[in-house]
Amino acid sequence: MELFDYTMLRLIWWALLGILLIAFAIMDGFDFGIAMLQPYVARNDVERRVLLNVIGPVWEGNQVWFILGGGAIFAAWPMLYAVSFSGFYLAMFLILLALIVRPVAIAFRGKVDNERWRRIWDWSFVVSGFVPSLIFGVAFGNLLLGVPFHFDQTLRLTYEGNLFGLLNPFALLCGLISLLMLAMQGGTFLALKSEEPIAGRAVKATSVAAIAYILLFTIAGVWIAHSIKGYVIDAPAISDGPSNPLLKTVTRADGAWLANYASHPWTVLAPALAYIGALGTLVFARKRAALLAFAASSLTIAGTICTAGFSLFPFLMPSSSNPQSSLTVWDASSSPTTLFIMLVAAIIFVPIIIAYTSWVFHVMRGPVTAEQIETGSHNLY
Amino acid sequence: MHEIDIVTLSRLQFALTALYHFLFVPLTLGLSILLAIMETVYVMTGRTIWRDMVKFWGTLFGINFAMGVATGITMEFQFGTNWAYYSHYVGDVFGVPLAIEGLMAFFLEGTFVGLFFFGWDRMSKRAHMIVTWLVAIGSNLSALWILVANAWMQNPVGTIFNPQTMRMEVSSFFDVLFNPVAQAKFVHTVSAGYVTGAMFMLSIGAYYLLRGRHTEIARRSITVAASFGLASALSVVVLGDESGYTAGQNQKMKIAAIESMWETEAAPAPFTLVGIPDSKAQTTHYAVQIPWALGLVATRSLHLPVEGIKDLVSQAEGRIRNGLVAYRALATLQGKAGATLPHEAEPAMRDLGYALLLKGIRPDIENSTDAEIHQAAMSTIPNVGVLFWGFRFMVGLGFYFIALFALAFYLSSWRRLDRKWFLRAALLSLPLPWVAAELGWIVAEYGRQPWIIDGVLPTFLGVSDVPASNVLLSLAGFVLFYSTLAAVDLYLMIKYVRMGPDAPKPNAILHVPARAD
Repeated sequence: MELFDYTMLRLIWWALLGILLIAFAIMDGFDFGIAMLQPYVARNDVERRVLLNVIGPVWEGNQVWFILGGGAIFAAWPMLYAVSFSGFYLAMFLILLALIVRPVAIAFRGKVDNERWRRIWDWSFVVSGFVPSLIFGVAFGNLLLGVPFHFDQTLRLTYEGNLFGLLNPFALLCGLISLLMLAMQGGTFLALKSEEPIAGRAVKATSVAAIAYILLFTIAGVWIAHSIKGYVIDAPAISDGPSNPLLKTVTRADGAWLANYASHPWTVLAPALAYIGALGTLVFARKRAALLAFAASSLTIAGTICTAGFSLFPFLMPSSSNPQSSLTVWDASSSPTTLFIMLVAAIIFVPIIIAYTSWVFHVMRGPVTAEQIETGSHNLY
Repeated sequence: MHEIDIVTLSRLQFALTALYHFLFVPLTLGLSILLAIMETVYVMTGRTIWRDMVKFWGTLFGINFAMGVATGITMEFQFGTNWAYYSHYVGDVFGVPLAIEGLMAFFLEGTFVGLFFFGWDRMSKRAHMIVTWLVAIGSNLSALWILVANAWMQNPVGTIFNPQTMRMEVSSFFDVLFNPVAQAKFVHTVSAGYVTGAMFMLSIGAYYLLRGRHTEIARRSITVAASFGLASALSVVVLGDESGYTAGQNQKMKIAAIESMWETEAAPAPFTLVGIPDSKAQTTHYAVQIPWALGLVATRSLHLPVEGIKDLVSQAEGRIRNGLVAYRALATLQGKAGATLPHEAEPAMRDLGYALLLKGIRPDIENSTDAEIHQAAMSTIPNVGVLFWGFRFMVGLGFYFIALFALAFYLSSWRRLDRKWFLRAALLSLPLPWVAAELGWIVAEYGRQPWIIDGVLPTFLGVSDVPASNVLLSLAGFVLFYSTLAAVDLYLMIKYVRMGPDAPKPNAILHVPARAD
């Protein structure tokens, strides 16, 4: 235990939270992206089945990053888990419905030889890609704006907003950024795992998404710099105190979300990576260097999520109606014992997970072709 | 009234989504192991009929698995959406097994299940067999961690209340992990899953034999199901007894309610076989009792008494009064950083949860009257009728499974599987393991009421403060959505069972004319 003090454990778990989100967006992101692009890239039954068989062997494993994210936030940041999921109640319900319909749509579509049956599941699949991609972005946008909630003395939470409050212009812009980012991820993965004409269409879609992403990411940056107030913990911020948000005070200040970039210039790397990644995606996708394009797109995801995280730090979820109740890295975590146990578990299992996931991708390497679908070998859906 | 509505709606939603999720879990638990066993036979003997069996049962497994995954997602997030105060209050403890479940178990299961379906032509026989075993191990480990979490709700060991953060925190992870309730529950639950998987193969095998179709595969499936099912059914009942013993140690009220035992019985206590519980008059009419039996199960002794509901209520009254001491001490600390509890209040802290029961009656609980304290103590009695009958049906089914699988084992060993009456009985028994499993959860969780964490946090305090209309909307959405999916799932299951092992590949090509690009 002496190896890591409470401050250090909290910082590690803040980093791990980011890594989990990035892993989820990189891995399950391409499943969402492929689902969103389906109406454009796949135009007949065989082509739609190519898409399902591209993600078929791996999407279930990818989705576990989301489940693990939920479990890890519950264990390491219980207040964040409680406030975000109950606060965003109906938005979360929509995500759940989308994620419930997705496994069923993928697994059941091919099981009945009937055009109408397959149409229904196809559209369910497309919606299951759009809804979570959009809402995750909208949620991040609202974190940057602050969310209306407060605690009473027993730390019972009251949330004062509603679903429509979440759907404000800035948050919708963030939703679109998330949508484009995951569309790039889906497009580049599909280009890697399919042949013409699907791969060509995927490249076109990726290029459009990358250009739009660069544009919208820039607008969001300017918006934050000019007209969104950030939050600051009034000094002195105690980093190893008990996890009780009410023990601090917070004020809102212009430009506070850019303060970390000024005080720690290396953090500028995050938005830089987002731009470099998006440009790289555009260049490599057009050159048909599919693997490099996928890597560049993944870099965009890492850069984007880190940009949001660095801007907010040390805030996790600021409260707009009662800033004192804001959740921060220093007052919303689990106890040091729990953070330490979870760290040990993560150190043991994450490398094992990465190892066997890589092996599965290796076994399933190579593109899925229309010919394979037609002869019925190597595929299920 | 407003608050009651949220509590009722949230409980209803949790109960429905959890019971629905558990329609798919036991079959995944049992069938994954059975698939691994059959594939091992294939690899060892090289006879392709065993591979065909794995592929056939694997298709049905796949339909069920998709539903299990889909409905499981709801469970992981519902604590946060609907039980926010619970999540804050115990996340430090309860979140840990859930997170480790993801890391250690669900990742294994989710990653390799894709290879199970897609990897047949891409790896050696032996490698594929290992993949199947990893899926089975993953799903069973998953059950282990979920039950560690659930067992902590029944028997909250290894934790301490931290007044500075207003929540329960881990004091000994070792105790949480090796909670005796968790071990009994784990073996009991996975064994129930194995019974479900075995019954699934036995019933569908019997259906084919009755129709005279696929008899080679059906006979072999029944043979596997009979021996595996018999061992599992014995294990469910024996480990159910172990559950009873551990519950007797720490959930005396649950045991007393299951037995509808109002008065403390002299040792060794009798077991009430049947009777009519009457909660109003606080008695059980027409009770037929087996001497000594309950005392033996609940205390493993002939001299320890089993406490009755009335005595447990008066103990609860004492604990509520004691808990109020802790509550008052705590109130003086609020809003003061770094303050600690006065030394003399510490022993009372273990009864804080009992004082919180009063919050259901009045907000300023420190001013509670004797009548209110008595009312709160009475609220610790769960619904006796539901527990009494739910438990008896479940146990009855358990013994029936032993008999049915023993008979199946005998008939298949002596090659007499042509008995029509037996095959019909086996087919008709198909839904029974699900009935038993759902009853088991109802007894375990409804019997835990009024607590969400036994003795620590009352259920009504655990909810999120979201508008009741939102919960009503999501509840209606789940009912609608889940009913549709249930119909689709049943339709596909029946369709693929009817088609049987020589069904055409599921992805028969649809010749839809390609739209021009």
